[in-house]
Amino acid sequence: MILTLLKSPRAAPFIYAVALIILWELAVRIGDMPVYILPAPSVIVGAIVKYWSPILKNSLVTLWTTLAGFLLALVGGLALGLLVGWSKAIYSGLYPLMVGFNSIPKVAVVPILVIWFGIGVVPAIITAFLIAFFPVVVNVATGLATIEPETEDVLRALGASKWDVMTKIGIPRALPYFFGSLKIAITLAFVGSVVSETIAANAGLGHMMLAAQSQFNVPLVFAGLVMLAVEGIVMYAVMAEIEKRTTGWARRGGVR
Amino acid sequence: MFVSLDGVRLAYPSDYGEVLALDGLTMGIEEGEFAAVVGPSGCGKSSLMRLATGLHLPQSGAIRVADKPVTGPLSITGMAFQNPSLLPWRTTLANVMLPLEIVRPHRRRLKHERTAYTQKAEDLLSLVGLEGFGARFPWQLSGGMQQRANLCRALIHDPVLLMLDEPFGALDAFTREELWAVMQDLHAQKRFTVILVTHDLREAIYLADKIFVMSARPGRIISEHRVPFPRPRPMDITYEREFVDLVQELRGEIADARKEVA
Ligand SMILES: Nc1ncnc2c1ncn2[C@@H]1O[C@H](COP(=O)(O)OP(=O)(O)O)[C@@H](O)[C@H]1O
Ligand SMILES: [Mg+2]
Repeated sequence: MILTLLKSPRAAPFIYAVALIILWELAVRIGDMPVYILPAPSVIVGAIVKYWSPILKNSLVTLWTTLAGFLLALVGGLALGLLVGWSKAIYSGLYPLMVGFNSIPKVAVVPILVIWFGIGVVPAIITAFLIAFFPVVVNVATGLATIEPETEDVLRALGASKWDVMTKIGIPRALPYFFGSLKIAITLAFVGSVVSETIAANAGLGHMMLAAQSQFNVPLVFAGLVMLAVEGIVMYAVMAEIEKRTTGWARRGGVR
Repeated sequence: MFVSLDGVRLAYPSDYGEVLALDGLTMGIEEGEFAAVVGPSGCGKSSLMRLATGLHLPQSGAIRVADKPVTGPLSITGMAFQNPSLLPWRTTLANVMLPLEIVRPHRRRLKHERTAYTQKAEDLLSLVGLEGFGARFPWQLSGGMQQRANLCRALIHDPVLLMLDEPFGALDAFTREELWAVMQDLHAQKRFTVILVTHDLREAIYLADKIFVMSARPGRIISEHRVPFPRPRPMDITYEREFVDLVQELRGEIADARKEVA
């Protein structure tokens, strides 16, 4: 009975997760682990219940800064991707610059953002944006770069302008690539905003965990971690669903 | 002459000097004529198509279509390649109607006269045997059906010149012959001028009024043949004595052209 459940692809993740939590709980109790090293799951749940109000408030801050940075990354990434994919000249001029910029660890940019914008949500949003927009650009540009030359010829032979080619072929073709980058972009945006919150912020889960750590409130630190995991998983799942619904033709049928 | 190329030279730039694709190419096609161009692979057949549609301009020589020098893309032409290149996010019908969204004056009229244009596209689809398939997506069609739709797309804006670059090359033998018949019927009905590029000699002779044989690269025309068989031509004709003799003659010429380079 348990064996068949373990093999079912839907139930398996939950069973493994529950098993891990039970194991963790047992290990902490049997090993008599001090709470400031590794709190048991039950203690973490207690902390979530006890501090629910600040946890909720900070979770929402992290959520909206992440989403704001993510949306900026989508808009900016789509625009820049279309621009880069528009012509070979723009591509060869801009692409090396972007690669160079992308190779800078974004943690190093946060202090500069703090100098410019002060401590608060703005550096978190911008960090999320900076880190998330690159994969969007690359994906959109790839979608445009891989247009079959013959398809373009058919249109150009009819007297189509570059703009016609872009709207009739380029953009529809780049869209699945664009939606395919959402999952990566949201994950990176989340990393960006939390990193920034941990360095310089006055709200957000990162900030809350930093404050809890300085008071040796280890259960609250872990509670923050749990909330990050939940937010991350939910946002990822939403993006995966959007991708699935918007890339029908690229996957040859399925959901439309 | 409806289409004329006179002493045309086309070279592509490349990393190791330029690649001379066509040199001293001269040919002429009358209005309503079905012309075929045959030649060894890489001799510049596709380049010839790109010149005649104005996608490329020659380094020297003159190209005229419909009494005007070609200076850029001509919307009076329709094109179909070996790769049907239908857009997978559009239905077959929407694919066929794509040129109407580009070519003037249809582009302007399309919005107000959509039903009339849709009817026209559907008529064209049934003419090539694709009745009722308009709502399907291209990837739901067989290769032969995709190529039929591709022909419809090339013809929807009533071009006076149809350019076909090995359009049946990737199909199996039976489907290919079916499409020859479709092509012959379309030509009989609409009387457009056709330039068909192919390396299939039976195809060239079955379909064309006039066949041009090209030399190896740099390509030029080395001979020109009139095809005497009356129309409509039944498929059986391709196994008759005179037909087979003509195939052999062309084969010989192309073999010689290939030897020149080898
Ligand atoms: N865009 C291009 N750049 C450089 N060389 C090209 C290009 N297109 C074609 N060629 C060269 O020109 C010659 C003729 O090509 P093509 O017209 O495609 O021949 P065919 O269609 O008869 O096989 C070939 O040798 C090919 O390698
Ligand atoms: Mg070719």
